[in-house]
Amino acid sequence: MATTTPDIQRSRRAKSATRPGDRIFSGLSRGSGITLLVIMAAIAVFLTYRAVLAISKDSTNFFTTFEWNPANNPPVFGIAVLAFGTIVSSIIAMLIAVPVAIGIALFISHYAPRRLAKPLAYVVDLLAAVPSIIYGLWGAIFLVPYLGGLNQWLDQYLGWTYIFDKSQDGVARNLFTVGILLAIMILPIITNVTREVFLQVPRMHEEAALALGATRWEVIRMSVLPFGRSGIISASMLGLGRALGETMAVAVVLSPSFVLSGHLLDPGGGTFAQNIAAKFNEANEFGRDALIASGLVLFVITLLVNGAARWIIGRRKEYSGAAA
Amino acid sequence: MSHAIQDRPVTAAPQRGPLAHARLPRWTPAAIAAGSIAGGIGIGAAAGWHSKVQWGLLAALLFVLVTFAVTTKVEGSRQAKDRVATSLVWVSFVLAVVPLLSLAWVTISKGLDVLDGYFLTHSMNGVLDAEAGGGVYHALLGTIEQVGIATLIAAPIGLLTAVYLVEYGGGKLSQAVTFFVDVMTGIPSIVAGLFILATWNLMLGFGPSGFAGAMALAILMVPVVVRSTEEMLKLVPNELREASLALGIPKWRTILKVVLPTAIGGITTGVMLAVARITGETAPVLLLVFGTKLINPNPFEGAQSSLPLYVYEQYAVGTDAAVARAWAAALVLIAFVMILNLVARGIARWKAPKTGR
Repeated sequence: MATTTPDIQRSRRAKSATRPGDRIFSGLSRGSGITLLVIMAAIAVFLTYRAVLAISKDSTNFFTTFEWNPANNPPVFGIAVLAFGTIVSSIIAMLIAVPVAIGIALFISHYAPRRLAKPLAYVVDLLAAVPSIIYGLWGAIFLVPYLGGLNQWLDQYLGWTYIFDKSQDGVARNLFTVGILLAIMILPIITNVTREVFLQVPRMHEEAALALGATRWEVIRMSVLPFGRSGIISASMLGLGRALGETMAVAVVLSPSFVLSGHLLDPGGGTFAQNIAAKFNEANEFGRDALIASGLVLFVITLLVNGAARWIIGRRKEYSGAAA
Repeated sequence: MSHAIQDRPVTAAPQRGPLAHARLPRWTPAAIAAGSIAGGIGIGAAAGWHSKVQWGLLAALLFVLVTFAVTTKVEGSRQAKDRVATSLVWVSFVLAVVPLLSLAWVTISKGLDVLDGYFLTHSMNGVLDAEAGGGVYHALLGTIEQVGIATLIAAPIGLLTAVYLVEYGGGKLSQAVTFFVDVMTGIPSIVAGLFILATWNLMLGFGPSGFAGAMALAILMVPVVVRSTEEMLKLVPNELREASLALGIPKWRTILKVVLPTAIGGITTGVMLAVARITGETAPVLLLVFGTKLINPNPFEGAQSSLPLYVYEQYAVGTDAAVARAWAAALVLIAFVMILNLVARGIARWKAPKTGR
């Protein structure tokens, strides 16, 4: 509805002289919109520039090397371990967080008593605001000792699966713990978006199912989940974007090493963001360029994930607008 | 959020008849929950598991299995599936609440050990790592200055961009801006830090300073401000704009005097929520502000500290006294963020524009 007025304005402006105040104000606001685009472009350009500087001097393949020693002569560094750690920890986080978040969203939208639902939605909003460093501190001091027993237990009974085989001793500062912590951190955002979608399910669909004698679960399975599927997918991808780029919580909890190991319970591994935070202080200028190169890879990955999520949301908006 | 959470229809009350199955009494889920918690604790203690996490998981598993078995026996398989789904939803709710309560409890109880007036008004100047004492004054000051500068940069850009999108938009450019605002929301904070590092520090040769950190924070803040302001401007009824324009008032004055004042409550809320979000960002501050033990009131010259960075540094030191300081600073940080959040939401409720729906 807001779009009709500017259209009329624009056609009239073409004919008559506009006031200087109008021109300045619209110029300013258009200018800040353009500034945003310029910033995005500048981020891409400058990171690429510094990254190319670094990678051109890298004596090994940037994508397949298991080492990070840009100070060596010749420099040796690669992102294989970081990419592996980032993806594995994010996958663990998604496997835990998505079902639980759907559960909480359903709880708030369909199961909880009404008096409980509103405050709960509010609490979930607040949780999204807890700074990541505090999650990290809590994870390192509180969660790590508690997960020690779970790790032993997984090793004992599921050790034969290879991934849960704990081949080294040590506290649970491993990719598995990081994944659990990331899951807790991305729960609020996934819950919020899915809850919004679940609340938009047409009442008629649900009532029709109930009228046919469906149980509450059958209503959810037949009308709520199919309606909310694209919402769930895009919410999960937004959460994935968060998990991929999370820095401090991972830096605090993980005890990093440049070893690529499929044993999730062994301490070690690393992620893009964690590596940047950990290696930054001791890095010289070339080392910083190398870190920027790894940051560029992270930037591209999160850009793709977020872009895809937004695209799915946007497509769904048009669709539901046409149906309503 | 205007959709109130509606009362969902509940399945009809049980009817005894030849066509209806037997139903379990209403207290069954509570009884099964109590039984499985007891079972989890009992088996856990008997098997000598140290981790309470395992006890909890076992109790949850028992709850789901017993519910399924009992309901299948009494009510039939469709009802059993329904009950299992209900219990899974409850379990997931509990699974989420437990770590969050624990986070709040641990931060408050450990933070209060050290937190006092002395802690808030002194820096770490001359305090050894292993020794108790010292405070967060320098970090608090740094955080307030950096966040303040970031807000001064980001709020006008964000506001004007939102005005552009809502009042002047409609073309290809505004579509591009909308898309990239969304994408920008997802930029990892460390990437924003690296960008400022690559330009301001490596290309232009400036040293670490509070201002460099503030620029990175501004990049993270702008999209949040744009999003929330845009939503608020869209809520302003078109009749107000038309009435003002019909009186011959120029469009820019209409926006400044009619549209923005109508939405000011929501806009303030959005800006405050954005401030709360960037206050907790550690990664860009770590790269750009560098951290110091001393009070440095000048954000444009030399290293500063900030609350999240202080928490990280003190944790990394690792001595008992330092970790205690880290918890206290974490409590200060979380209180700061939560107060901002609560005040912002209060303003939103109090000043919500009447949508007429």
